[in-house]
Amino acid sequence: MSARLAQKIAFAVLLLATLLVVFPVIIILGIIVAKGASAISWEFLFSMPRDGMTAGGIFPAILGTLYLVLGAVLFAVPLGVLAAVYLVEYSSDNWFSRLVKLAIVNLAGVPSVVYGLFGLGIFVTFFRFGASILSGSLTLGIMILPVIITSAREALESVPRHFRTVSLSLGASHWQTIRHSVLPHALPGILTGMILGLGRAAGETAPILFTVAAFYLPRLPQSVFDQTMALPYHLYVISTQVPGIAENVRYGTALVLLTLVLLLNLAAILLRSRFRRKKKW
Amino acid sequence: MSMSGIAIATQRLDLFYGDFQALTAIDLQVPEREVTALIGPSGCGKSTLLRVFNRMNDLIDGVRVSGRVLVGDEDIYAPGADLLRLREKVGMVFQRPNPFPLTVFDNIAFGLAVHKLAPRREYDMIVEQALRDVLLWDDLKDKLQRSALTLSLEQQQRLCIARVLPLKPQVLLMDEPCSALDPIATLHIEELMQKLKQEYTIVIVTHNMQQAARASDRTGFMYLGKLIEFGTTARIFTQPAQELTENYISGRFG
Repeated sequence: MSARLAQKIAFAVLLLATLLVVFPVIIILGIIVAKGASAISWEFLFSMPRDGMTAGGIFPAILGTLYLVLGAVLFAVPLGVLAAVYLVEYSSDNWFSRLVKLAIVNLAGVPSVVYGLFGLGIFVTFFRFGASILSGSLTLGIMILPVIITSAREALESVPRHFRTVSLSLGASHWQTIRHSVLPHALPGILTGMILGLGRAAGETAPILFTVAAFYLPRLPQSVFDQTMALPYHLYVISTQVPGIAENVRYGTALVLLTLVLLLNLAAILLRSRFRRKKKW
Repeated sequence: MSMSGIAIATQRLDLFYGDFQALTAIDLQVPEREVTALIGPSGCGKSTLLRVFNRMNDLIDGVRVSGRVLVGDEDIYAPGADLLRLREKVGMVFQRPNPFPLTVFDNIAFGLAVHKLAPRREYDMIVEQALRDVLLWDDLKDKLQRSALTLSLEQQQRLCIARVLPLKPQVLLMDEPCSALDPIATLHIEELMQKLKQEYTIVIVTHNMQQAARASDRTGFMYLGKLIEFGTTARIFTQPAQELTENYISGRFG
């Protein structure tokens, strides 16, 4: 076989593989939009469900998912970033820091239903938060902690060493150095972790199953100790548990969930690119 | 500032990296308001010695120091010595120009903000003075809000010198400050050192013997962690007392 022919074949195989990766995404999006777009209306987005969820809107589920994502991020980002700062800037390479890093890697591999059971045991039962937004947010928060810590660690480690050296040589304390010369430059990377976490927290069903999600709740939550409906669980319910739901309502709900995740990601990406433009080295 | 006219003095200074002895029995007196150059082949300990004076070696694991080091009248390795205060008093300029990826203004204001040395309304004045001191003001007065990384390498290195001046240091340490610069820029920095030594004590590490000869008042020659010879630059380069020194400056090794 000539070198030219081999090159052509290799190129074709690579292109095919790439297309195979993209195809399912396009098909999934296409089906969801085609079958669900007709359900989308002002009423669908902003009104309460009626008649056993066969009519009305999905507003409580949308709002519930927003609350849960917000709660998870509020809990996980500060905690995760502080832990990453400790691991990168303060701890030396000893058995303790190695153990923590190992724990984080393992945490990332835990199936989401196990997080759900963990949340049920700890937050719902032990701390007596009940099935509530608080329990659900904390459970989702713990689930996305590994992503947040790992990306924050990588972001901190990628800040050039001389930023720290120079800052210290100017008499800045260790903490001032981290605060002024390291963290600001790691922010874009930290935001990337937040984006990934956001998307995952919005889409997961298992962790909220036992900790917060309501089957059907025709009123909005009043506090963090209330249950709430949430999009992923609602989608599961109307697709498998309740007969007689119109097909376009089911696909419409999926479309809303997908759009919500995309919008959240878009907001975070815009935020990140603004920081990137400001900080260049 | 001490009464003796000596800015830095070391007494029987030993330094170890783990088991490796990097400095042996260094006795050195750096006079105030002069340029003192440390020369010697790579690995002779000159940069290590420079980093003793602001204790930047502390960042390396396993460093041990014995003997005394006085900056002004203060024993900087005494238990409880204030490291942050020391680094305010002893500024450092590094081999590669390394401004922060901030604006020109924020680079110079960094030390002010960290040490809360002046109210914010005085920053404009202090930044201007620092830039004037390094002869950058005329070039940069309209570019204070530009990123420092857009400057030429020479301007960046001047900016790095200007960055330590608002702290009103007594000593400026320069670790091969011209090795990333072209010959013209190198001469400019050397001229700047002549101007700055009227107010500051300067210690410079250089691998460039011509630079030491041109720009310094005193020269110390180091070899294998020992200070072989120290004296006025004129004498070291014309009548070295040690054979090792003569071999080095005449280019027979290095």
